[in-house]
Amino acid sequence: MEKNNRKGWLYLLPAAAFLGVFMIYPLVDVFVYSFEEGYNSASQSFFGVGLYNYSYVLRDPYFLQALKNTFILVIITVPLSTGLALIISLMLASIEKVRGFFQTVYFLPYVTNTLAVGLVFMILFKKTAYSDGLINLLIHFFGGESVDFITGPYWAKMLVLCLYTVWIVMPFKILILTSALASVEKTYYDAARIDATPRWRVFTKITLPMISPMIFYLIITGFIGAFKAYSDAVALFGTDLNAAEMNTLVGYIYDMLYGNSGGYPSYASAAAIILFAIVLTITCINLMISRDNVHY
Amino acid sequence: MKVVLQELTKTFPAGGRGVEAVTAVNNFNIEFPDGTLVGLLGPSGCGKSTALNLISGLLAPTSGKIFFGDEDVTALPPEKRGVGLVFQSYALYPHLTARQNIAFPLENLRGKDRLSKADIEKRVAEAAKLVQIENVLDRKPKEMSGGQQQRVAIARALVKLPKVLLLDEPLSNLDARLRLQTREELRRIQQETGITTVFVTHDQEEAMSISDSIVVMNAGVIQQHGRPQSVYDDPCNLFVAKFLGNPAINIFDGEVKNEKLFIAGEAVLDVKGAPEGKVTVGIRPEGFVISENGAMSAEFRQLEVMGRDVSVVFESSAAQGRSRAIVDASSASVSGTRICFELKREKVHLFSPETGERICFNG
Repeated sequence: MEKNNRKGWLYLLPAAAFLGVFMIYPLVDVFVYSFEEGYNSASQSFFGVGLYNYSYVLRDPYFLQALKNTFILVIITVPLSTGLALIISLMLASIEKVRGFFQTVYFLPYVTNTLAVGLVFMILFKKTAYSDGLINLLIHFFGGESVDFITGPYWAKMLVLCLYTVWIVMPFKILILTSALASVEKTYYDAARIDATPRWRVFTKITLPMISPMIFYLIITGFIGAFKAYSDAVALFGTDLNAAEMNTLVGYIYDMLYGNSGGYPSYASAAAIILFAIVLTITCINLMISRDNVHY
Repeated sequence: MKVVLQELTKTFPAGGRGVEAVTAVNNFNIEFPDGTLVGLLGPSGCGKSTALNLISGLLAPTSGKIFFGDEDVTALPPEKRGVGLVFQSYALYPHLTARQNIAFPLENLRGKDRLSKADIEKRVAEAAKLVQIENVLDRKPKEMSGGQQQRVAIARALVKLPKVLLLDEPLSNLDARLRLQTREELRRIQQETGITTVFVTHDQEEAMSISDSIVVMNAGVIQQHGRPQSVYDDPCNLFVAKFLGNPAINIFDGEVKNEKLFIAGEAVLDVKGAPEGKVTVGIRPEGFVISENGAMSAEFRQLEVMGRDVSVVFESSAAQGRSRAIVDASSASVSGTRICFELKREKVHLFSPETGERICFNG
């Protein structure tokens, strides 16, 4: 038994070593950094240990902006993308003939490069000296005023960012929900038909509970993904996100490390720990809700 | 409510890539009287489940008509037919308790049929009592045994007081002991409710033991319809004779000459009125009587003791493989390698070797 145990550890060693070096050690290190005041990466020295990094970050207007942006992004895009994906999946499940074609179409954004999608959004929304962009042309057509979506007012930029995020995350959700819907046994629907079940009741009492584990999976991963948003904002607004008021938490952390205002690993670590605490809390709440609502 | 099927046909169209069109139900003309328990019996793929789904309305027939009583229900969707259907997999909603599952059809009722909460509870309690599952009402399907799930499924089908109850392979997911118990239960429930019930099975013993009448199907065609005993005693063709009975009927090549039946050159039975020529002979295992001077002789192979009876395994040059006779344990004192039988006339059936149709003869 003892010998077997040692063998087991040996098998685990390669994976454990990689995880330890590249995941666990950095996690611990970030935690340590976040409490080291005035850390200097060149001399590897610091003045003291305390909560100053946290109080600095929490008072930094750029951080508060990033926090606000991230929360808006999460609250708008997660329900919207999940809801839309559910509707589209239901429609996909109800057609038979060209389902394969549409599934492919809806999955395409998933395999498209983030920056390429960003470019397309720029063409749609950006106002240049030569053109107002396609969306503005539409707004003109309906008699509205031009809006500068990329460098204009805050709400316009946020709208584009949200649309972009929804567009990027939907394909995966549609894929998951379509297969979840397809895996619901047909006999349940037959049984419901025999029992003259109204359509809305079939949906709320049979379909929804049956796919509820997948919906909660998507909501939880959606929350986590949206809190970690960064590349989407870069694709639309460039790398100087602070100036564009469009920074996200991950963007703030990156800027603190490598950006123009960077070189502060302690502040970055403190911000990272705050982000971690937020995601952990939200995920725990999600899991608690799903335990009460996912039936099997 | 009697159920009448009139020239009912269901053809599944040919699919791509060499999938041929299949006529799963071919010109059914049959009537199930009110309050009877009917077993639809046939080998896998013979179209019996299709027939059931046509009655339920889940499938639409290619042609023909279905009547419940005097009402033509052919064009009615399943939800308007008032049938209860028990699925082979039971199709109990896994996230609902037994009570919620049974109440589900009642909660669907709208308009003038709408039931109050108290009425629903009362009806659920009645149905649960009928199938004897009152003690597991608050469990979810996965917390119940197969037999209990099966009863919940029956209760769910019965709770809305259907005109016709349909069961698709109701016992196939149960273990052997439970199957015996549940089929008696099925009979009791059917008799207590008096609902016309049609069930599908490939197990002839199951169908014979509880049905008022059985319908034997093969390849989409009704072979025979009648009381289980009369179908067993008077099979109309070789398929029915082979399909019913366990152990199966023994098949021999025979010939009729001068109103006598010859098997392997021996005249074994007088068959008045049978046309001369080659015949296929079917003899039920219980149709043999061991007798020293018996007319039919065969190569003795082995005895299989079953307690009350003994199964005598023998080989005849007129049969392919081994044959089997079931005789009283006391009469089975076999020695040597030859064994001789007398045949019981009513257990011997003659069939046309070409068509498999029954050839009649009288004593």
